[in-house]
Amino acid sequence: MSAHTHADGHLPHEPEKATLEGRNKVLGFWLFLGGETVLFGTLFSAFLALRDKVGEGNPTANELFNLSTVAIATFILLTSSLTSVFAIQAMHAGKKAAMLWWLAITVLFGLGFLGLEIYEFYEYVHEGHGFTTSAFSSSFYTLVGFHGGHVAFGVIWISLLIGQVLKKGLNVVTAPKIYVAGMYWHFIDVVWVFIFTVVYLMGKVG
Amino acid sequence: MAHAHAHTVKRRTGLMDWLTTVDHKKIGILYLLAGGLFFLVGGLEAIMIRIQLWKPLNDFVSADTYNELLTMHGTTMIFLAAMPMLFALMNAVIPLQIGARDVAFPFLNSLGFWTFFFGGVLLNVSWFTGGAPDAGWTSYVPLASPAYNTDYGVDYYVIGLQIAGIGTLIGGINFLVTIINMRAPGMTFMRMPMFTWAIFVTSALILFAFPALTVGLVALMFDRLFEANFFNVANGGNTVLWEHIFWIFGHPEVYILILPAFGVISEVISTFSRKRLFGYSSMVFATVLIGFLGFMVWAHHMFTAGLGPVANALFSIATMLIAVPTGIKIFNWLFTMWGGSIKFTSANLFAVGFVPTFVMGGVTGVMLAAAPADFQYHDSYFVVAHFHYVIVGGLILGIFSGLHYWWPKMFGKMLNEFLGKLTFWTFFIGFHMTFLIQHFLGLMGMPRRIYTYLDGLGFNEMNLISTIGAFLMGLGTIFFIINIIVTAVSGQKASNDPWEDGRTLEWTIPSPAPEYNFKQTPLVRGYDAFWKEKMDGNKEMTPAEPIGPIHMPSPSILPLFMAIGLFIAGLGFMYHKYYIGGAGLAILFLCMLIRSLKDDHGFHIEPEELQDKGVKA
Repeated sequence: MSAHTHADGHLPHEPEKATLEGRNKVLGFWLFLGGETVLFGTLFSAFLALRDKVGEGNPTANELFNLSTVAIATFILLTSSLTSVFAIQAMHAGKKAAMLWWLAITVLFGLGFLGLEIYEFYEYVHEGHGFTTSAFSSSFYTLVGFHGGHVAFGVIWISLLIGQVLKKGLNVVTAPKIYVAGMYWHFIDVVWVFIFTVVYLMGKVG
Repeated sequence: MAHAHAHTVKRRTGLMDWLTTVDHKKIGILYLLAGGLFFLVGGLEAIMIRIQLWKPLNDFVSADTYNELLTMHGTTMIFLAAMPMLFALMNAVIPLQIGARDVAFPFLNSLGFWTFFFGGVLLNVSWFTGGAPDAGWTSYVPLASPAYNTDYGVDYYVIGLQIAGIGTLIGGINFLVTIINMRAPGMTFMRMPMFTWAIFVTSALILFAFPALTVGLVALMFDRLFEANFFNVANGGNTVLWEHIFWIFGHPEVYILILPAFGVISEVISTFSRKRLFGYSSMVFATVLIGFLGFMVWAHHMFTAGLGPVANALFSIATMLIAVPTGIKIFNWLFTMWGGSIKFTSANLFAVGFVPTFVMGGVTGVMLAAAPADFQYHDSYFVVAHFHYVIVGGLILGIFSGLHYWWPKMFGKMLNEFLGKLTFWTFFIGFHMTFLIQHFLGLMGMPRRIYTYLDGLGFNEMNLISTIGAFLMGLGTIFFIINIIVTAVSGQKASNDPWEDGRTLEWTIPSPAPEYNFKQTPLVRGYDAFWKEKMDGNKEMTPAEPIGPIHMPSPSILPLFMAIGLFIAGLGFMYHKYYIGGAGLAILFLCMLIRSLKDDHGFHIEPEELQDKGVKA
């Protein structure tokens, strides 16, 4: 089936799976997320192994973390996952404008999250919790920073996709791209849920 | 729909064709060339190691150079020679075996090749910039830490492998999707050829093992470049953590290497015994089980690290369990040969030679799995002998077998059988001569990774014999290269089914396969699809579709530029020249952007063109 058949007609209900290329992309991305799971799993393991190695005179997790900032960041990121769902629903309904708006809101939430994270890191460094301070700090910044890097990549990626859809329209070539970007966004959300639990909550109580 | 076919693509020729190709068959040949080149480099390093060890207190190379040689030999052979040559066979064969016109992601396939290649080149650049990596292929800390390894060697290791690893991961995902989504009609999972099954499981292992290596390399890189403390004990780091991360990747890695060889052997033995593979479903089951258990045994590399008796006992038992599915495979191969009309072609010689050799490697594997005994074997030449039996005696014999078997399909010409047999016998005898004796050297107490030994320890004769064996293996490899040249110059042209007993779909199409593989997608009616048609008296497959225009992806230079970008970025960050590193990453991201913005419409091969070429489905 040629990729252009639907370019200027009605979109099928699930445009991301209308072509073999689209189905390949979606399946390939699921598998890629499987690999990403191992990546973050390993980062979590390293963090868990090293999180008590704070070193003398350095701030501990309990002293460092400000749960209210983190809670706001969590709220923002989880909400952005919801707005990305709305975007995909709008895509399935064939509503291009609504989809773009929801994607734009998702990007804004992502930027808000990143801003809070940068502010948080800035504070920590001033409290004597630098990247090279201890094994705890190195593994903390690597794990949370990898996640932050993923959010930043997602923000740029989705922004570029918005531009692409504006230029080329919603069709069976662009739809799979939007769909896998949505999958990616959910994934970094799920990772954050684990970071919130394992890094921040356990840091406060454990 | 004629308007949809209006896109024309400039057909490239010569060098540009190879640099921009997204054709899996050409990428397979590129993998073979690059992997073969690194195999020669790694082999040369091995010969130098053996020259240094041929007599006591030899001074052919210095202790430092020796450490570099042994590190680069292991790293090169595993990551840059063995895996790419497997990828060569995967690319050349898998789409043909499942009746597909292409892989799922042709562009990514090319990207995977170029990242592997430039990662490998980066690793080897270290020879010319003041010292190769010298902390062993396992790069254990603290030996590899910035405190004890102050030159750039290990930086090349972490960054070179990281870049090469990206290519491998991409390849794994690509082949999983290809096998899941792109099988011909009727090709159910339980009708897939055994090699396809092996690659399917291997790709899953790559997907779940390589990200762990990525994290390990990132952590070591952060320690080395940015003064992080993952493995710096003074600041709370943990050196055993590196061992865990490395082996959680590293043990599945050995199954990533051996499972494709199992697949090759299954195909070759079945074809040249003119018999259906014995116990096909148990073979599939065993392959999946080995893949699964492969993730459960990593700590058997760490028995002497002091994990305690409970952990050692559990990992001991898990390791011994793997002998069960492996044993199933061995017996299935034997029963496939039983009562078959066996032809000892060079491909089959390698396959038949593989079986007892791999059993020997497997037996020493079970010996090593016994944790208390392992305290004796650990870090001795016994271990060296064991893993060379499974990797050279298993994997390399498997690759040679596969290359002799599929060479006509890849290049359209038959390898010379006499030279093939000469390759087999010199390599096979040389191999056993080199490594059998190392078991005894190990049991007598010769430690691995030492650059020399004293006279009068009883090691002298055995080391000399081992060195002579290594030269024989080198000679076998030279015979193979001569064979390639002779074949290229004057080889006999191969027909569709040159072995006459082909059982699977790749033998239904011309040799070499046309760029679209199948003029008409075949209809698969059972396991050993082609053999089934032959038994039913048909000369060719039943087509599953009428002849029509075939859509092909456009070639692209972007993957090459992306890999070059990564190469520049790696060098830049290594030497703390951040603007160069940034420029390299900028090239990468720019190429990704272009790729995303520019739709690839591909092009169509029209039915008239198919007729002109006079090819039959």
